[in-house]
Amino acid sequence: MEVFKQQKIINFMENAKKVGLFSIALVVISLGLLFTKGLNYGIDFAGGTIVQVQYEGKAPIEKVREIVAQNPKYQGATVTSFGSESELVIRTKQASKSVKGGAKVEVRQMLKDTGKFEIRRVDMVGPAVGDELREKGLMAMLLSIIGIIAYLSFRFEWRFAIASVVALVHDITIAMGALALFQIDVNLPILAAVLTILGYSLNDTVIVFDRIRDGIRTIKSPNMADVINESVTKTLSRTTLTSLTTFFVVLTLYLFGGEIINGFSFTLLVGVVVGTYSSIFVASPVLMWLKFSVVEFREREAKALKREKEKEKMRAMYEQGTM
Amino acid sequence: MNALNYRVVIFAFAFLFGIVFSVPSLTQCDENTTNGEASSCGKKITLGLDLQGGLHMLLSVKSEVAVESKVKSIGTSIKYNLEKEEIIFDDLKIDNNIITFEVLDKDDLPKVVKILAKEFKEVAVNQNGAIFSLELTDDLIALTKQNAINQAVDTIRNRLNMFGLAEPTVAKQGKDKILVEVPGIKTEEDENRIRKLIAKSAHLQMMAVDEARAARVDMMSDGEAKQYGDIILRDVNDNRTKYLLYSIPILDGSMLVDAKVGYGKKDNQPLINFKLNGQGAKIFGDFTGKSVGKRMAVVLDSQVYTAPNIVQRIGGGQVQITGAFTPQEAHDIAIALRSGALLAPVQVESQRSIGPSLGEDNINASILALIVGFLSVVVFMVLYYGMAGVISNFALVANLFLILAVMSLFEATLTLPGMAGIVLTVGMAVDANVIINERIRELLHEGNSLTKSIEQGYNNAFTAIWDANITTLIAAVVLFAYGTGPIKGFSLTISIGILASMVTAILGTHGIYQWLLPKIDKKRLGFWFGIKTDKEIK
Repeated sequence: MEVFKQQKIINFMENAKKVGLFSIALVVISLGLLFTKGLNYGIDFAGGTIVQVQYEGKAPIEKVREIVAQNPKYQGATVTSFGSESELVIRTKQASKSVKGGAKVEVRQMLKDTGKFEIRRVDMVGPAVGDELREKGLMAMLLSIIGIIAYLSFRFEWRFAIASVVALVHDITIAMGALALFQIDVNLPILAAVLTILGYSLNDTVIVFDRIRDGIRTIKSPNMADVINESVTKTLSRTTLTSLTTFFVVLTLYLFGGEIINGFSFTLLVGVVVGTYSSIFVASPVLMWLKFSVVEFREREAKALKREKEKEKMRAMYEQGTM
Repeated sequence: MNALNYRVVIFAFAFLFGIVFSVPSLTQCDENTTNGEASSCGKKITLGLDLQGGLHMLLSVKSEVAVESKVKSIGTSIKYNLEKEEIIFDDLKIDNNIITFEVLDKDDLPKVVKILAKEFKEVAVNQNGAIFSLELTDDLIALTKQNAINQAVDTIRNRLNMFGLAEPTVAKQGKDKILVEVPGIKTEEDENRIRKLIAKSAHLQMMAVDEARAARVDMMSDGEAKQYGDIILRDVNDNRTKYLLYSIPILDGSMLVDAKVGYGKKDNQPLINFKLNGQGAKIFGDFTGKSVGKRMAVVLDSQVYTAPNIVQRIGGGQVQITGAFTPQEAHDIAIALRSGALLAPVQVESQRSIGPSLGEDNINASILALIVGFLSVVVFMVLYYGMAGVISNFALVANLFLILAVMSLFEATLTLPGMAGIVLTVGMAVDANVIINERIRELLHEGNSLTKSIEQGYNNAFTAIWDANITTLIAAVVLFAYGTGPIKGFSLTISIGILASMVTAILGTHGIYQWLLPKIDKKRLGFWFGIKTDKEIK
């Protein structure tokens, strides 16, 4: 089976400016969401307690809400259903430090008249731990970005590195905007998902850039836009196919992976779509706008080649003893 | 190049390696079949708490309490040493971690100075006339705090091991935190018992009742008691019964060598017998000898269990705690006493407690996601690429086995995010083959020979795959270094998956093509590579 058979080169860069405006609009909307609605930090980062309760039969949410509201220790706690009709979660900002007591004992006591239930999960994070985790998470993000820029500058050229980081920031901002829009609990797994997007987005961009690097050497036109168009066209089938396979896999995670990794897979879903889009419509135009000159690059390569050859010549002469 | 080439051989070995070492994990064979002998099933992956249920806690130690009790025990020891030398003193008090006392007979001063210099080297001593004040040095405070943490780790580990649970983990994390992981807890009652066992300070003290003032205890405030160097403690069974005790104990649990559950002769109630070491037995004997007619309280974790009248000198260092225990409580308290007291209380900084049924749900959900995700990729690859897709799928299966094998060898823990990592790796590993297959197709379309298309295809694809994998690997390694718990599991599986895919997806499939090359029918490229081309392929 072949879907992408056309040999015709698609002129992606023709509308680069319009698409660029669209990207900027998306980023601005995302930033707006982040500043107005803000991220909904889950207990991993904000501290607090989550208790997941499963009833035999339908969970009496209203009753539980009433009982919880009456308990001064659980002020501001929310009770929501979770996954199925029989399960609910209680979330509170409080975090009990007691080893032997804690939320499990309290909730069991509090809900003892609401029916038969099992406390399936208690997650508690103290405020100090939350701060530490947030710091570490940010640090991890910064360090990986720095590491990746260094690697790409070494393997390609600084403009490639910058362009890929622009695409990266674009993807992460939009993914976080989606998190803010849907008010998804931002916990550790979400951080892992955001960092996966980081890897994925770069992965996609690098493969397109690799083709562009190839194209600079082999494509006759000295015009960067032409080089990009041809290279992107040639990688189009790969980009779409890989994104599709990854998308399917993440979709199955989202559909079947259970409530706990729902947020994680949702973030990845957004990331895969945005990451694919940005490798074509963000990273490549930025490379063009950074005034990457094909001619200069070729001259430099030629010079480097010449130097290498001269060195070899000298070495040969030296080894033969003529020098 | 028609014989078995080195690439196929390496791939076959990797595949075999993957299968052999992932078998123990896949079957999760039971080690308990032979008692004590080395298990025959080899290293395997342990399931994380989120997959098998259990309790995860990050504890911190209130190490300043350890400093306070260190000061107290120095106070006890000073009292004992001064009394031994028959030095008369008054007002031995502890306030704000400073011990003060006044020597009544001036002639004893040189003797006191000598004792302090000899027995209490690590303490800073201030002398103002006949009044001495002692304070811990900063070094000693730091050391005491550190000891408290290390000792808490050992103590909690001992207790959990004695409780008889499978493979609990107790480890120091960072400078002052303790990680406790107890997998496989079946019921809420068990969890509560374990929590109580961990939390129990098991701080055992023998304290003398201040008989001179004891009659007034019900009207006395804590502040007033403190002025006399006393402390008011309550009875464990009856909250209203109070005892006025000298705050500096006669001896404490550090001199205990054994504790066992026994049953009372008359009422058959569970009780705890414990035994003191030589020094403890001597102090205990001396004290009971000269305090006949007075009361002595057995205090555990600031609660008075018994306070019997001393009838005669008690030698041998055998002591009993009675109280209204259930057999389970007595069992747990004996464990706590045997494993030693916590020098300082612990508190929870974060915890995850997952019921066994939720763990099972999590496993089922993630395995379903893995199977559906895997199948959709496999079917897609065959439909789209024909035999080339089948070859890619071989690599994919090998990749899965390799991930499991490497994780088994490291005895890694598989968590829910780790499962997500494996599922995601399936999507990413097949990427390498998509890139390669697309390149080969391109070259075939251009009319290159089959051999050239394959070789050139792999060459062209390699740099892209390499650079893409390295960038992802950089992100994964940073995540592993900075992540905790769930993130570590996720980045570990991704990293192993990427490295394994270099062997399977690039090297392995390349070898298979080279091996199969003579058999590839150049007229049936639709079957082999899923393409139609009108050009003649050589």
